[in-house]
Amino acid sequence: MPDTNISIAGARVRFRAAGFAPRDIPVAGAATLIGLLVLWQIAASLGLISTTFLSTPVQIGRALYALAISGELWANLAASLQRLAIGWFAGTAAGLVVGVALGLFTIARSPGMSVVSAFFPIPKIALVPLFIIWFGIGEGSKDITVGFGVFFPTVINTMAGVDGVPRGLIRMAQSFGLPWTSIVRKVVLPGALPAILSGFRITTSTAIILLVAAEMIGAEKGIGAFVLQAGNLYDIDNLMAGIVVLSVIGLIVSWILGRIEKALLAWR
Amino acid sequence: MIASVRLTALGIRHNYGDLRVLEGIDLAVPAGEVMVLVGPSGCGKSTLLGILGGMLAASGGEVRMDGVPPRDCLNPLTYVFQDFSLLPWRTVAGNLSFALEHTKLSKAERNARVAEMLALTNLSAFANAWPRQLSGGMRQRVGIARALAVRPAVLLMDEPLSALDAQTRDLLLDEFATIIARAGVTVVYVTHNLAEAVRLGQQVVVLSRRPGRIREIVHIDRPIAGRQATDPDLIEVEAHLWSLIRADAAEADRELEHA
Repeated sequence: MPDTNISIAGARVRFRAAGFAPRDIPVAGAATLIGLLVLWQIAASLGLISTTFLSTPVQIGRALYALAISGELWANLAASLQRLAIGWFAGTAAGLVVGVALGLFTIARSPGMSVVSAFFPIPKIALVPLFIIWFGIGEGSKDITVGFGVFFPTVINTMAGVDGVPRGLIRMAQSFGLPWTSIVRKVVLPGALPAILSGFRITTSTAIILLVAAEMIGAEKGIGAFVLQAGNLYDIDNLMAGIVVLSVIGLIVSWILGRIEKALLAWR
Repeated sequence: MIASVRLTALGIRHNYGDLRVLEGIDLAVPAGEVMVLVGPSGCGKSTLLGILGGMLAASGGEVRMDGVPPRDCLNPLTYVFQDFSLLPWRTVAGNLSFALEHTKLSKAERNARVAEMLALTNLSAFANAWPRQLSGGMRQRVGIARALAVRPAVLLMDEPLSALDAQTRDLLLDEFATIIARAGVTVVYVTHNLAEAVRLGQQVVVLSRRPGRIREIVHIDRPIAGRQATDPDLIEVEAHLWSLIRADAAEADRELEHA
């Protein structure tokens, strides 16, 4: 250390607290996707990508149009959406009930968590053959696969959401003499809602993955079965059309969840 | 509305595990008066308030409530919390209504009470605002309005101003004095701020260091309305309170440093 202080003459103090504040720019998201498609098409047109192994966006668009006109797209889509809806709603409803119970009741917490912890890490795809044996090759095994896969993350997210409700708010409600059911309905559930809704983003993706896996193992109709069949026939255009449909389902579900979050969590 | 409920604590003691927090507390909060609890950090002020309000089960002793609560009282013992405890997903009016929804009041009666309390606390213009849009002082005014909406017999206030800046605290203190006088409720008020204690209290109960015991009860026989922090007699009482607490406060501080 020098003995004398060093003087600073007229040094400008710079702003140094910028950044770390990311924002959403929806137009940029759409533009990125469109840009990638354009690049993909140009690369294929220039021969940089082999269309034998990877169809161009235009080829995929044509395949989708043909599938839509023939009705094949709608038949497969309807089968998949029905399974997705039944499985997701059933798994979510059961997961919410169990998650809230685990979050609220001491008697349910430890026994419930031991079961959830034991089952949660099992890759649910590995259970599809078992579900087919138990519930048959029909709709039951697919619905159960999706529902089972959705159930465990929903339980965990819901319980975490209930745990995360500030105890001070519950004490406040108790101090005003609210009955137990009112406290659950007016404090615990709304307080847990952000965690529950963010869990829905994970469970909808999980549901789509499990749906496709289940349909690939044993189904006549459905986007998963369609993609597998196209692959077996080396029909890359239709195979990729099926994949695009799955991606669009994911995007639409994500958009719907975003709207729900915006409507229900406007207070944040 | 004339408050007519008296709160009595008999032989209260409380332990957290092996830690003795309160010992031999006997208190009587006279109807319609403001009793302030002061003492060094960790002396058990908030614990005692929790016990008085039925939010904490004492290890020993009992609390009794005598008298006739106001005719339209919906919650005799009502809390005002240090951290405001507002529901972030409800608007200001929704937070006030929250305390009334489970009662026998009709929707029209509820709305009328909410409007009345918003007017009393100068919050009418913010009825539809979210709590996150309010300043700390305004949030605490919502907390007060919510508490008064149930027409309490006894108001239990746990350091309601400690999370606020000094200016807001001074302004709100004046508002509290006016609101409390107008509502005419019995108040038990916990604070570590002696200026607040002498500004609001008619009885100031000084607790000793842990385990908290009653060291002295100081009476201030002057109406709350019209008191100023600069009044010589209040400054004198504040100095006396500080003389009672000082040694304990320093000891508690040292204890915290070594913890």
